[in-house]
Amino acid sequence: MKRNAAFIFSDQFLEYHFHENHPFNQKRIQLTKELLEQSNALTSEDLLLPRKASDKEIALFHDEDYIEAVKRASFNQLTDDEKREFGLGTEDTPIFDGMHEASALLVGGSLTAVDEVINERVNHSLNIGGGLHHGFKRKASGFCIYNDAAIAIRYIRKNYNLRVLYVDTDAHHGDGVQSAFYDDPNVCTFSIHETGRYLFPGTGEVNERGIKQGFGYSFNLPIDAFTQDESFLEVYEGAIRRIAEFFKPDIIITQNGADAHTYDPLTHLCTSMKIYERIPEISHELAHEYCNGKWIALGGGGYDIWRVVPRAWAQIWNVMKMGTISTGPLPRTWIEKWKKESPVNIPNHWHDTNEEAFPYIPRKPEINDKNSKLLNQLLKYTFKPQKK
Amino acid sequence: MLVQEIMKTEVITLPQNATIANALQLLQDHRIRHIPIVNDNNEVIGIVSDRDVRDASPSVLLKNDSIEQNELENEIKMIMTTPVITIHPLDFVEEIARVFYDKEIACLPVVNKNKLVGIVTEKDMLYTLIQLTGITVQSSVIEVKVPDVPGIIPEVAAIFGKRKVNIASVLVYPFKDDPNYKILVFRIQTMNPLPFIQDLRNAGYKLMWPNNIPEPKV
Repeated sequence: MKRNAAFIFSDQFLEYHFHENHPFNQKRIQLTKELLEQSNALTSEDLLLPRKASDKEIALFHDEDYIEAVKRASFNQLTDDEKREFGLGTEDTPIFDGMHEASALLVGGSLTAVDEVINERVNHSLNIGGGLHHGFKRKASGFCIYNDAAIAIRYIRKNYNLRVLYVDTDAHHGDGVQSAFYDDPNVCTFSIHETGRYLFPGTGEVNERGIKQGFGYSFNLPIDAFTQDESFLEVYEGAIRRIAEFFKPDIIITQNGADAHTYDPLTHLCTSMKIYERIPEISHELAHEYCNGKWIALGGGGYDIWRVVPRAWAQIWNVMKMGTISTGPLPRTWIEKWKKESPVNIPNHWHDTNEEAFPYIPRKPEINDKNSKLLNQLLKYTFKPQKK
Repeated sequence: MLVQEIMKTEVITLPQNATIANALQLLQDHRIRHIPIVNDNNEVIGIVSDRDVRDASPSVLLKNDSIEQNELENEIKMIMTTPVITIHPLDFVEEIARVFYDKEIACLPVVNKNKLVGIVTEKDMLYTLIQLTGITVQSSVIEVKVPDVPGIIPEVAAIFGKRKVNIASVLVYPFKDDPNYKILVFRIQTMNPLPFIQDLRNAGYKLMWPNNIPEPKV
């Protein structure tokens, strides 16, 4: 019998590790997995090992000399010029041992996720090891080496010719994936993120709409810093439903970066767990409405690995497997195990309970107003008949 | 930055005895808005904009077959603007930005030894200014308020230099109406500006961004 969902996991996902003080920390995968196991939501039958992506598969998006450079990087064989050219050995993407292998496994995880869904073994699949949306054709950036999302989409396009809707709810713009399909009308990309006015990478303006044949198939909602739940969800839901209706995808890939929460140290959005409950619910609904259930979710950013990411990512799985989010207290065993190691207080519930953590934003009415104007602007371009 | 670095060198021109119809055609074919008029020696003797041509064309509301459109057969020299404000390839970009602003025009032919060698439009100008802000490079932004004293930029820049991050661009602008301070805007090529923010704060600098981030943000 076809199962609802598969959870792609390997301990080796944790080998994608730059160094101790780097904000990108895959321990969040382990935290998420154990949270689910101890809530009895994840069993060994749900787990699936990722395969390692072949060089040929990685080359569906990346240049071969870039792949070679990533391989040579671990052996200290890159000149300073090469490092600069390929974005390797920087503050954001330092070189580490086995860098190619670790990156190729994350890509393989996303390909495994695709295979499971397309071959109808499951309706949905989750690879929280993936979602590295800043990787470019021949450049690493923003903690990302190989862009597994772009590769997985190319893989679907090449082998199955399905129309792909890519939805990116990371707080940073999904620039690498957008760039990969900017001229492609069969892949529709939608990214909601904090405005690039101050935040990396700086792109993702509402007027970035694609080029050539792909014009009209890229969507961006760069929302204001300090945006909170209500406004986030209003514009997100307003946009995604219209985009899905317009594009009518065959399959949905979501990048579920979890760095828009108030606690996240790298961004300035001020949401709570509420958005991480609604986001997977909406993806789930749309997948069943348009794609006969076909939905692949990936990880992404998320730098508060104790309080935010495990709960946010676990809710994706809950929705995939049970069709609904979890509520109430978190399992005691999980809290007890990690509270010794965590530098911050681990939450007790699935939802946020400590209201004092959510700041009063004096500019809130203006921010909400700006965001809804932005939504109008996005929809105006697409859904009104064009003047001749 | 010099004009010769940003100008377009392929310029669409017309002789003064070309017809207005010729000009209309060129404007449409090349999707441009200005045509320099040159003599046999490629010297600029006038310029025609799409508005000049439109003013000389019959109204679309009158258009029908019974009206003869002789107007468009007039020579272009009848409607061209002269003399023409021109610039030199070695002029500075900021100087010509000022010419655009002061003269309220949208196109400047570039002339060297009296010959037309290029053209800069207000769109080219804006594009260049956009590049100068560094906004097209993947980066995070930090704004630092500093006293307006000599040596302050190298001091602040050294804090970034210590961690070997690439600075994509630096902008300096005045702090509101207070001449004692200015704002330095750094675009740095990293997704993780936290260590720099910490270093700057430890060194006693006041940040304009990130600034009013409420607790529990750092």
